[in-house]
Amino acid sequence: MGEFEPKIVGFLCNWCSYTGADLAGTSRIQYPPNIRVIRVMCSSSVDPIYIVRALMEGADGVLIGGCHPGDCHYINGNYKARRRVVLLKNILGTLGLEEERVWIRWVSASEGQKFADTVTEMVDTIKKLGPNPIPTRWDI
Amino acid sequence: MTGNGNKIGAVAVVGGGIAGVQSALDLADMGFKVYLIEKTPAIGGIMAMLDKTFPTNDCSMCILSPKLVDCSRHQNIEIMTYSEVKSIEGEAGNFSVTVHKKPRYVDIEKCTSCNDCVDVCPISMPNEFEKGLSERKAIYKYYPQAIPNAYVIDKEGDDEHRACINCMMCVKACKVGAIDHDQVPEDIELNVGAVILSMGAQPFDPSVKKELGYGRYPNVITSMEFERILSASGPYQGKILRPGDMKEPRKIAWIQCVGSRDWQVDREYCSSMCCMYTAKEAVIAKEHNPEIEPTIFYIDIRSFGKDFDKYVDRAKNVHGIKYVRSKISEILEDKGSKDLILRYEDEAGELHEERFDMVVLSIGLGMTEGKKETMQKLGVEVNDFGFAYSNQENPVALVKPGIFMAGSFLEPQAIPESVMQASAAAAQVGALLREARGTLATPRPVYKERDISGEEPRIGVFLCHCGTNIGGKVDIPSVVEHTKSLDNVVFADENIYTCSEDTQKRIVDAIKEHGLNRVIVAACTPRTHEPLFKKSLAEAGLNPHLLEMTNIREHCSWVHEDGEQATWKAKELIAMTVAKSRHLEPIPTSTVEVTQKAMVIGGGVGGMTTALSLAGQGFDTMLVERKEALGGRLNDIRFTVEGIDVPKLLSNLKSKLEGEEKVTVLTGSKVTSISGYVGNYEAKIDTPDGEVEYTHGVVVITVGADEHIPSSYGYGTDERVVTQSQIEDYLAEAKPEEIALGETFVFIQCVESREGERNYCSRVCCMGAIKNALRIKELNPRAEVFVLYRDLMTYGFWERFYKQARGLGIVFMQYDVGRKPEVEFGEKVSVKVWEPLLQEEVELEADHLVLSSGMAADPNHDELAKMLKVPLNEDGFFLEAHVKLRPVDFSTRGVFLAGCCHGPKFIGETIYQAQAAAARAATLLANPSLEAEPNIAVVDVDMCSGCKTCISLCPYNAIVSVTEEIDGVEVTHADINEGLCQGCGTCVAACPSGAIDQRGFKDDQILAMIRALGACVPGGGE
Ligand code: FES
Repeated sequence: MGEFEPKIVGFLCNWCSYTGADLAGTSRIQYPPNIRVIRVMCSSSVDPIYIVRALMEGADGVLIGGCHPGDCHYINGNYKARRRVVLLKNILGTLGLEEERVWIRWVSASEGQKFADTVTEMVDTIKKLGPNPIPTRWDI
Repeated sequence: MTGNGNKIGAVAVVGGGIAGVQSALDLADMGFKVYLIEKTPAIGGIMAMLDKTFPTNDCSMCILSPKLVDCSRHQNIEIMTYSEVKSIEGEAGNFSVTVHKKPRYVDIEKCTSCNDCVDVCPISMPNEFEKGLSERKAIYKYYPQAIPNAYVIDKEGDDEHRACINCMMCVKACKVGAIDHDQVPEDIELNVGAVILSMGAQPFDPSVKKELGYGRYPNVITSMEFERILSASGPYQGKILRPGDMKEPRKIAWIQCVGSRDWQVDREYCSSMCCMYTAKEAVIAKEHNPEIEPTIFYIDIRSFGKDFDKYVDRAKNVHGIKYVRSKISEILEDKGSKDLILRYEDEAGELHEERFDMVVLSIGLGMTEGKKETMQKLGVEVNDFGFAYSNQENPVALVKPGIFMAGSFLEPQAIPESVMQASAAAAQVGALLREARGTLATPRPVYKERDISGEEPRIGVFLCHCGTNIGGKVDIPSVVEHTKSLDNVVFADENIYTCSEDTQKRIVDAIKEHGLNRVIVAACTPRTHEPLFKKSLAEAGLNPHLLEMTNIREHCSWVHEDGEQATWKAKELIAMTVAKSRHLEPIPTSTVEVTQKAMVIGGGVGGMTTALSLAGQGFDTMLVERKEALGGRLNDIRFTVEGIDVPKLLSNLKSKLEGEEKVTVLTGSKVTSISGYVGNYEAKIDTPDGEVEYTHGVVVITVGADEHIPSSYGYGTDERVVTQSQIEDYLAEAKPEEIALGETFVFIQCVESREGERNYCSRVCCMGAIKNALRIKELNPRAEVFVLYRDLMTYGFWERFYKQARGLGIVFMQYDVGRKPEVEFGEKVSVKVWEPLLQEEVELEADHLVLSSGMAADPNHDELAKMLKVPLNEDGFFLEAHVKLRPVDFSTRGVFLAGCCHGPKFIGETIYQAQAAAARAATLLANPSLEAEPNIAVVDVDMCSGCKTCISLCPYNAIVSVTEEIDGVEVTHADINEGLCQGCGTCVAACPSGAIDQRGFKDDQILAMIRALGACVPGGGE
């Protein structure tokens, strides 16, 4: 395998983004196989530790997918998630990581296409960034 | 067998299609014993034969299968297949139903579905489930996921095919002794309190339309055959091939309205679903093979349902499907190539000839002679079209009390309508047999749970081929091998369909045999089948939460072209799940008390019907209406054509409500807040007499919709321009002499609808125009009426009024959205419209211009939506949990909807939808307690610092701070209310001390997944 193939972890909320990813499937919309999805109930349950840990473990990018603002199944979890991600991005720099490695996106249950597009775009962006510089197996 | 008093707490549901299945499940959940009687060897009906469903393109089998399995597992449902009802005697509350059961020659209990018998059977015959496109043996399973999952022997055959020859090879091959060639037919007598007829209708046989060549030209097929061709488990494994020579077709034509809207075959009604399934078949064909060029020949595109217009737009604009408005006069075959030549006239009347590789006939539904006979035998009154007679004021009730009906047995219709009617019928049975509820039901089985504490994880993994859906891309055997190499995995196996009934048995057996204490199913999304597999775990004595699923279909095989990459991804995904699974723990089930009362918001026909239905079933109900008077839109509707006397209907509903002591009506009142959760809602209502508080268990939203106020075509500036309601008001009072000879009325349809911001069809306006037009003609036959339309949505039996209108000289002129009518105001209102047949602009001099502007959702609904945390769609209508199978539920448990706030609809449709909502609500209210949300957050008191961060973040106010003495020390810590916690996990991520964990999504579980991924390398295993 010549080209660098980024490894991406996707934390998707059960109600919108996971369902949107399902819809991409039912609609057979193709996207690169680089993403590994971890289903969570709401984007607000994604602990920043998960994100940092994933990067430490060698993920080249982390995607957090939630419902559109106002649509969160738990009222406003997505706003809380966004706040945390913004804070976290500030810290990433100090770890020597580009903040474009962590994405938060709103994908609704009916946006299969958007999910596929997001993954495609993310894979492209991270291919350009190159591999995660943090050595793997470097425990925090 | 006896019930309470004279009423019997059992119900016979005749017909095992989606409607029958829904009625059976609702009734069984309400506490009735149900006999589900099906003529073919398996339940599922037509829906089981479909590949996908519109407008979401959900895989039909995938959404249906869980319901079928639920039926077969429900302790209150007895499925009787290969059976027909011979007679129904008795009266409401106490019927005796005689069922004729044909011999199956296979013992369902013993059959393990191993296929050994099929392998040895020497007789092949056409497979009717596959519409004869493939063969089956004389001993066969109706379809792969069939319920009951057992074989059947065909000893009858048909004129051309010999059936079972009694060679007894199957008997020798069957290792469990399930085959019995000596079975004989039986007549079984059932004692029930009510009957629901949902025997469906039959797809049209187009061979009688000789000019289309069906049956003579092999590459002319029906839409049902095409569904099977698309299906991954179909005759060609999902490859689109033409039956004539197994070549891949490129140009495919669909011809709509075959056996519908056609007096030549005595079917002057529209079959309602064909326009949409045709669009869907074309879209899916194109997805299977982008080279395919679909063309659809149509008369009108009847995209009248929720989100249908958007689907058709996408079909045209995104998928490039060509639509041609034309009737096909003839199909010819090119003898050499077997291609087909279509002759048709276009809109301008020009003749064309075009060559296609394959032609699909979009056939409608109808009643066969045999079905008509059965109906006569059972005493079912029929209408002019041969369907069961239905009264629009209570569409699902038969004339004879105690007998109800649902689905296409009443009228050809799509899945959601069938499902709603099925639930509506269940609601009425629930009311009729209210005293007998629970008398014949068996309580829910309680499984004994094995204690696994202290055990090492022993993980079993079940991998699914899903026909070819997964197995066609992912190399399952190699994934099985890889999975076996993972730590703690003691068992891994593959199945064609892991969701099938026989696999459930296998899972149970494997758990017992291998002492599994964690189970992984690697198949489709957990969103559909997780409950099914959890049940299997419970049956095997494992806590159901020891199950994890890996989605290797939607997230893998369906979205990645490259088989090798998909296989590698599947391996990694499973490795991650195994990592999580090692950390899984049993989750105890807790229950929530249910306040067995309902609140209905909105007092139109939908709300009033819902409240009456709930009260009839025995539940206290509060009906809240914002306006001073009940009735909603019924107050504006002056007359109808379908035989509903609206003022009478309204006064009937009102007086019934007055006489119903279980209903409290609050008019001029507004719900200002609702808090709580399923089973325990607390509402505050602002009433003219001050604030009222109400505790209840479920909420039904029936807030309706209003006529859209137009702003185009001079509305509001010239008083000759009116809306449909305004003309209706005028016509209701008008005397014949008021309408002059030659007075001209022009109706413009789809005003500010089906395009731009309001890109949806309002379903009722075409009939509204026709209704008013007929009234004008009745007042003065020599008045002139023109209806300018885009597509005439007189679906189903409404078609007859369209015909009547044309017969009376009402002129229908079709216009294109790109070339709308133009209006000028002078002495008359001059309306210019392009006439495609004449290919010129026509000018109409109107005295009245009527705008059919459709319905719009009230923007205030947003507030209610937020209060109840339920979604609205783009157009402001409430969005149900699933457009096909859960049309009156929300994903939020305990909240339901009905009527025009779900989408525009007719009175009769609102009535049965309202009854359906009442039925669904009753399935929750019938029990004093419910199982609580399992994935809630729990606090580790020892680790909690008492910082209160979580309290302010919790969206449900489910967390409080408590101070108590633990081991002599005063400790302040967070405390989470199990009933209020909805399991979002916000507090878990926020807790600075790591003291909160979410059940099923614990930190160590998620981190294990991340670690497992870290260990993976692209291209190889761990
Ligand atoms: S549930 Fe989707 S973001 Fe909260």
